[in-house]
Amino acid sequence: MRTRLLLGCLALMLLLAGCSGGGDSAGGRITLRFQSLAWQEESVQANEELVKEWNASHPNVKVDYVQGSWDGVHDQLLTSFEGGEAPDIIHDASDDLADFAYGGYLADLTGLLPARLKSDIPQRSWETATFGDGIYGVPFLQEPRVLVANAKWLKQAGVRIPTPERPWSWAEFRKITERLSGGGRYGVAWPLKEPVSATLNLSLSSGGQLFHRDADGKVTVRFGADDEVMPRTVHDQVNADRSASPTTLGSGGSDTLPGFFGGRYAMVPLGFSYRQQIVQQAPKGFDWQVLPAPAGADGLTQGVSPQTLSIAEDSPHKREAAEFIDFLLRPDNMVRLALGDWMLPTGTEALKDPALHTTENDWATGTALAAHLRSAPAQSVRGYPEWKDKIATPAFQEYYSGAIGLDELRERLEEDGNLVLARYQR
Amino acid sequence: MRTGRTARAGQYVALLAYLVFLAFPFLWLISTAFKPPRELGSLHPTWIPRDPTLANFRQAFDEQPLLHAALNSLIAALGAALVAVLLATPMAYVMARHRTRLARAATGWVVVSQAFPLVLVIIPLFLVLKNLRLINSMPGLIMVYVVWALPFALWMLVGYVRAVPPELEEAAAVDGAGRLRTLVSVTAPLLAPGIVATAMFAFVTAWNEFFFALVLLKTPEKQTLPVILTHFIGAEGVADLGPLAAAAFLATLPSLVVFALIQRRITGGMLTGAVKN
Repeated sequence: MRTRLLLGCLALMLLLAGCSGGGDSAGGRITLRFQSLAWQEESVQANEELVKEWNASHPNVKVDYVQGSWDGVHDQLLTSFEGGEAPDIIHDASDDLADFAYGGYLADLTGLLPARLKSDIPQRSWETATFGDGIYGVPFLQEPRVLVANAKWLKQAGVRIPTPERPWSWAEFRKITERLSGGGRYGVAWPLKEPVSATLNLSLSSGGQLFHRDADGKVTVRFGADDEVMPRTVHDQVNADRSASPTTLGSGGSDTLPGFFGGRYAMVPLGFSYRQQIVQQAPKGFDWQVLPAPAGADGLTQGVSPQTLSIAEDSPHKREAAEFIDFLLRPDNMVRLALGDWMLPTGTEALKDPALHTTENDWATGTALAAHLRSAPAQSVRGYPEWKDKIATPAFQEYYSGAIGLDELRERLEEDGNLVLARYQR
Repeated sequence: MRTGRTARAGQYVALLAYLVFLAFPFLWLISTAFKPPRELGSLHPTWIPRDPTLANFRQAFDEQPLLHAALNSLIAALGAALVAVLLATPMAYVMARHRTRLARAATGWVVVSQAFPLVLVIIPLFLVLKNLRLINSMPGLIMVYVVWALPFALWMLVGYVRAVPPELEEAAAVDGAGRLRTLVSVTAPLLAPGIVATAMFAFVTAWNEFFFALVLLKTPEKQTLPVILTHFIGAEGVADLGPLAAAAFLATLPSLVVFALIQRRITGGMLTGAVKN
């Protein structure tokens, strides 16, 4: 009986092993696998159409479109890289690339990309995907953080409406939110579920760098006066002025929208692409508008982590993959992708497209901010994810909620934070 | 008497509160699935949609191959349940009936194996499956699900086997039944509820599993329902809530239906013989 059972189990295992699904078949021509993370209907459609157009005009280089998922993409890619089964062309975000670039999983695109594409995308965007001496991704879509405002409320309050040419300063923003607040209503609702990236990116406006690289290339955290401006404003709005809702500090952007539509918050700082949700969900007749985020000593500068296209180091067809990326990111195509995702293209030619300069859904306001977008601080700093999760996220959350003061925030970011970073820089 | 009634009423209230607590997410999911986008953004959401719509379901089906993914999930879940039970039943029998050192070591290993986090095993597992040419294949995924479900399935079944009195098997042997006959005619029927419960556990585990499917399946036509559901979610957790809720609601139905069909049998079986008459 035991022998029978064992044989049965063994036969079953062999049967399963024999039923392999097999690998990709080249069929005499090159087949590239393009894993896209596009998820919104228009965006998926734009990607699929572009792949179809490429396949129609390039019979010898077929591209297979695979829809990936933002959820778990890092682990999925890491496993695929380790197993030698990664897609040839990889859609990701620049802040997720550092480990893959330093780990040798991504191809250095420096010698693969055509001059047209290199010159079309500005240097400040290339910096977001540059690690060491190499370029490991083509940044192609980005979004600034903007203030989405209840236009009627602001008009009734008689406040000056900021423009990209004349934005609010952080101090002016604080005064205005105080003026808009009262009676259970707040001038602003900060959705700070992920407080670190929001804080670091917006702090660039006041010159906050936080991460400082010395001559040896070692990075240390220094939380100086320039870094304090944005966090102190938020802290004071929540805890001193009561002009920012304390309940949304732990919320994501979407969670604040019902309160925004319901007239509880006058403004919500959100990514530019949230406009799509607002268009879909806003009550009929709800008058909203996009305003630039407050400016500091460095104007409207803010950090971004653009979406990127990379090529796997193991891909045997890097040149063809680079040609496909070049095709996908031709100015007209980049505009189609940008419109599909409600984001801004990085390409200077694409940014000139009239569709991105309309007042409809305030595309023009966002486009005017493109020149101010820089590489998000720390995305190339080794140890940043651990610093962010273990040190910075709880420290900022406690500071914003009023549980700790600025001195303790500084102490934790610097002393505890530098201990973490030091482990990665020995 | 009055105290008894009060206590009973309190028990019912507690039970009701617990049921509401358990049902709340599912009811909210149903409510969301039938709401138009503008109601999803309402500051004062209602349980019953004010303007119910099927648009979310239409959009979900238009955008993603839900039926195909559901079929893939069904194959993976049924395959995993079947193989897990086929493997776990004889193993559990041996571990329960023969208390040798090996059986004790195996039980310990079953417990220890539960402690390994997913991320620790995924890369070695990927490499093993790649060498077996089982990446991007349903048999490969089923094998992983079986391995993943097997420790708990074993642990469950060992308990069921121990609950079957050995005296029944001894009585059958006295009556002249051979080992196989005893297992088939005496032990197996008594184990049926346990086997069904174990199969259900393996089925639901595989039906809901996301990460292995995400990593191991490369081509869209092989993707399972949990992977397809994440296609309604963008960067930083932004989601297309209506279609996501509609698709998630549909994805939950098979588990519910299977449970509804067999739950009486499971509980009935578990209680059989509990009280000596």
